[in-house]
Amino acid sequence: MEQFTGKVWVLGDDIDTDIIIPTEYLALKTVDDMKPYAFSPLRPELAGQIKEGDIIVAGKNFGCGSSREQAPEIIKALGIKCVIAKSFARIFFRNSINNGLLLIEQDALHDHVTEGEEISVTVGKEVVANGTSYAISALPQNLLDIINAGGLVKAMRKLNGLD
Amino acid sequence: MGMTIAEKIIAAAAGVSEVKPGDIHTVELDHLMSNDGTTHLTIDMYNKLKNPTIADVSKLVWIVDHNVPCDSVKTANSHKKMRDFAKEHHIQFYEGAGVCHQVMIENHVRPGELIFGADSHTCAYGALGAFGTGVGCTDYLYAMVTGKSWVLVPETLRFNLTGKLPEGVYARDLILTIIGMIGANGANYMAMEFAGEGMKTLSISDRVAICNLCVEAGAKTALMEVDEITLEYLKEHGREPKHSFKSDEDAHFAKVYDIDLSTIKPIVAKPHFVDSVVEAKECFGTKIDEAFLGSCNNGRIEDLRVGAEILKGRKVSPLVRFLVVPASQAVYTQALEEGLLEIFMQAGAIVMNPNCSVCWGSCQGVIGANEVLISTGTRNFKGRAGSPDSFVYLASAATVTASAIAGEITTADRL
Repeated sequence: MEQFTGKVWVLGDDIDTDIIIPTEYLALKTVDDMKPYAFSPLRPELAGQIKEGDIIVAGKNFGCGSSREQAPEIIKALGIKCVIAKSFARIFFRNSINNGLLLIEQDALHDHVTEGEEISVTVGKEVVANGTSYAISALPQNLLDIINAGGLVKAMRKLNGLD
Repeated sequence: MGMTIAEKIIAAAAGVSEVKPGDIHTVELDHLMSNDGTTHLTIDMYNKLKNPTIADVSKLVWIVDHNVPCDSVKTANSHKKMRDFAKEHHIQFYEGAGVCHQVMIENHVRPGELIFGADSHTCAYGALGAFGTGVGCTDYLYAMVTGKSWVLVPETLRFNLTGKLPEGVYARDLILTIIGMIGANGANYMAMEFAGEGMKTLSISDRVAICNLCVEAGAKTALMEVDEITLEYLKEHGREPKHSFKSDEDAHFAKVYDIDLSTIKPIVAKPHFVDSVVEAKECFGTKIDEAFLGSCNNGRIEDLRVGAEILKGRKVSPLVRFLVVPASQAVYTQALEEGLLEIFMQAGAIVMNPNCSVCWGSCQGVIGANEVLISTGTRNFKGRAGSPDSFVYLASAATVTASAIAGEITTADRL
């Protein structure tokens, strides 16, 4: 079972796709060009502060709004290891799996975690924050396989023997 | 056990006799719509596959509507990629014909179909009894290459409508009321189904406005029964249903809501959430800088008629830019023939070509810091219409037009 620890950034409810990446930056050529503007309407400094392996913890309905797939791509490109939220909007949920971004639904953690805290995650089992364990359910293996391959297209390339 | 409309459409698309919420089925798709928001990304991924092919090109419809005509060299290059690919692969292609969902409803959607659109407001197709759902470009690519995809059968929320909307109250007020009631994730992963006697009072345009906005409550899709009004619309547009489904008497609904249309009032959704709704009167007096009448939600001929009727003999406030954007070329032409565009222009409105306009905050009409927009668009998220420090209020075509005249938020009866 995969295990990791990471520093937490705490966001609120209803973090929409226009917050994750505002429309005006979608015309930039690559996701790397876009990522400095991630979350900019809400916290313009955040994208520059996120380090590889950090974790986002959010409230309900994370990723609501448009179907723009750049949203999970950018979160992944920033180095975020996983997003833990009370709930995810459905299009964002599918897009995240298809782009290899791990999402974890956990109802209670958000109310008890502090930004900057280190938490540890055992995928499919629990999140431990400040000595308390929060149970998480397991994603089906086929979805985990897509995430671990880095997304659906990479998984298809692997199947095709291209990578 | 009986089935809901959503369950029946999935069962038919999966080739099975029965499905239930929570099941995952592989389904055959009827149409695959994609627009210039993300098609360039789909093409890049397609080119990374090994000897890719398109399963059935007749199902694909590609529509340039988000930034049309181009606003920058970057978009021009992205459109060119989409145009060239469509030409090479003989994909049905629209450019400048209108907002994608309006173009789909006017020309392609049939009751009983299962449709993927690489755009969140694809749920609008429920107005014609089709299961439309928004997907990202990777899901789109998979469906384009295989002709299939997987869907989780959603639970259904049922809304039984009775009565009739009062004078000066519109479908937009109804759906905003419902979103306020159940919340921005109140229907997450679910289908929203509308039925009841009250449906007879709602035109196809009203129905599109209702279904279109259901994603703002998190819904996977929205659905309505096929009735005489649907069949009449289809006949006018030269199409017939694939299936005309109704939910069974003993179908299971996660929750049932009864709504008396006569109790609905003019509503405004305040910044920065669509479920942040209040009665319009609570926002009276809020100064505005821009007003927008258009979008896949409220850019149809019925909406333009409402706006023109209010504007006739009046002037747009000199402090307000009033953008009027018909949702399609068909709507534009009809508005021209009915003399509506002349009314808008004489009153000082800016009439533009069919596109997504300021509703998606990149094409035209974006607003600056501290500016306030009142809009018939689909979203009022922070920064959605331009500056992250701007403010967007959502309301009906009538409230938007009245506010454009007054220079502040108001309803038409107060002019």
